[in-house]
Amino acid sequence: MQRSPKARAASLISLPLAWLLIIYIGSLFALFITSIWKIDTFTSEVIREFTLQNFIDVVTDRAYFNVTIRTLIVAISVTLICALIAIPMAFFMARIARPKSRPVLIALVLTPLWASYLVKIYAWRTMLYPDTGFLNWLISPLGGSSPGFGMIAVIIGLSYLWLPYMVLPIYAGMEKLPNSVLDASADLGAKPGRTFFGVVLPITWPAIIAGSIFTFSLSMGDYITVQILGGTFQMLGNVVYQNFSLNLPFAAAVALIPVMIMIIYLGSVRKTGALDNL
Amino acid sequence: MKLSRAAKRTLLAIMAIGFTFIYLPLLLVVINSFNTNKSFAWPPTGFTTEWWSKAAVNEGIRDAVMRSFFTALIATTIALILGSFAAAAITRYDFFGRDTISLLFVLPIALPGVVTGIALNNVFTNFFGKLTFFTIVIGHATFCIVVVFNNVAARYRRLGVNLQEASMDLGANRFTTFRLVTFPLIKNALIAGGLLAFGLSFDEIIVTTFTAGAGQTTLPIWIFQNLFRPNQAPIVNVVAAALILISILPIYLSQRLTADKG
Repeated sequence: MQRSPKARAASLISLPLAWLLIIYIGSLFALFITSIWKIDTFTSEVIREFTLQNFIDVVTDRAYFNVTIRTLIVAISVTLICALIAIPMAFFMARIARPKSRPVLIALVLTPLWASYLVKIYAWRTMLYPDTGFLNWLISPLGGSSPGFGMIAVIIGLSYLWLPYMVLPIYAGMEKLPNSVLDASADLGAKPGRTFFGVVLPITWPAIIAGSIFTFSLSMGDYITVQILGGTFQMLGNVVYQNFSLNLPFAAAVALIPVMIMIIYLGSVRKTGALDNL
Repeated sequence: MKLSRAAKRTLLAIMAIGFTFIYLPLLLVVINSFNTNKSFAWPPTGFTTEWWSKAAVNEGIRDAVMRSFFTALIATTIALILGSFAAAAITRYDFFGRDTISLLFVLPIALPGVVTGIALNNVFTNFFGKLTFFTIVIGHATFCIVVVFNNVAARYRRLGVNLQEASMDLGANRFTTFRLVTFPLIKNALIAGGLLAFGLSFDEIIVTTFTAGAGQTTLPIWIFQNLFRPNQAPIVNVVAAALILISILPIYLSQRLTADKG
């Protein structure tokens, strides 16, 4: 039993590490390899010969560039909407609400996280249905109408889906704030607004970034919501999904776009300590 | 923190809007499951329990629920073991490459699901021959490990090592220390992580569509397949309503567990 700490750490980490390295990293690597292989255009069979054609197609075809931009716009919008709703909600729950009611409030936010992904998107499908949907019924007396299915609907649906993923890390971050820091700020003459923007927000920034990793990544990889709420609107995930049975190498090349974007994003936020807040 | 009345009112209003945004669509699904109108045009035309009784005897649903249940059960079990091992190693020991490895443990949830899905599909079909029930489980276990890891690692970080060291100074060996000190302290994190992993697995569709073998219909896949069939709409709606009502249970449980952690 008296092994060195290194040996104990190694025995603990070896199994989970092997699982992730072999199954996950191995698969990602294989995906990368597949993206530089050719395809028999008649049989859809993968030919194991080197080519950069898939990447050239992805980069030179304007259509894929546009899909990438559209996907980024959706992912960024969803992240911003979630942050704008989540920051005040988390702040209220963590600092303003009475300590006794905090667990209840957080449970109320968490419950929709447990409701099924499809159920939530389905719910928005009934909400947004053109002409006969609830939203249309609600705002048509005011002269408005439901946005119907398309990019706006996708942004609403995804914001709804990922909101709890933004609220939770921010709530945890704000709850950890010591009262003494806020008191100190007030004693030094800062008004609540100043304390919020000058103290609370900078300290909880890593938690906000942590939430944004979820909302950004989950939005970028989604294709189911886009199918249900998007109408003819398409995102990168749809391109991958449509191509993967017919032209796997090409689908693999397209799938590497969100991976690259996410790696750049993770790399740029790593220093904030956001990854410890996930 | 002391706020002015206006600021407090603004925050309260945002909370109210936030909760309406969260709950209104779900409430609508539950109401619609009793709607006589098959296309769910709003407002409802009448009250019926016909859809609920039809869904209760639907074999496709029962089959899909069982498959989702067992997938989640096996994936969660794997995740509880591997995730807690990894959390213990990364938070309690310092070793070469630790930061890189801890980054590796967030990748499966940090990278888009469609990427995980197509990557696993590529490997499973090319190296394992074909997709089966177990390829779903492997895919699910991979992201469930991360969920358990996050929960348990957070708990370990907060705990520090003082209590364990005290236990060992008082003569307990590593195993006794784990059994009497460490395990009781991380138990709630394990249960919370396990519940979350189970819930995510039960609900997963993005990776599942890429890893499910022929005929391996999980509940989310069943819903998705029937979503666009007008005839099935009321039944799908009942399943959705049932899932909303059932989802209150795990939240209640995990709330009870985290409430007494102090």
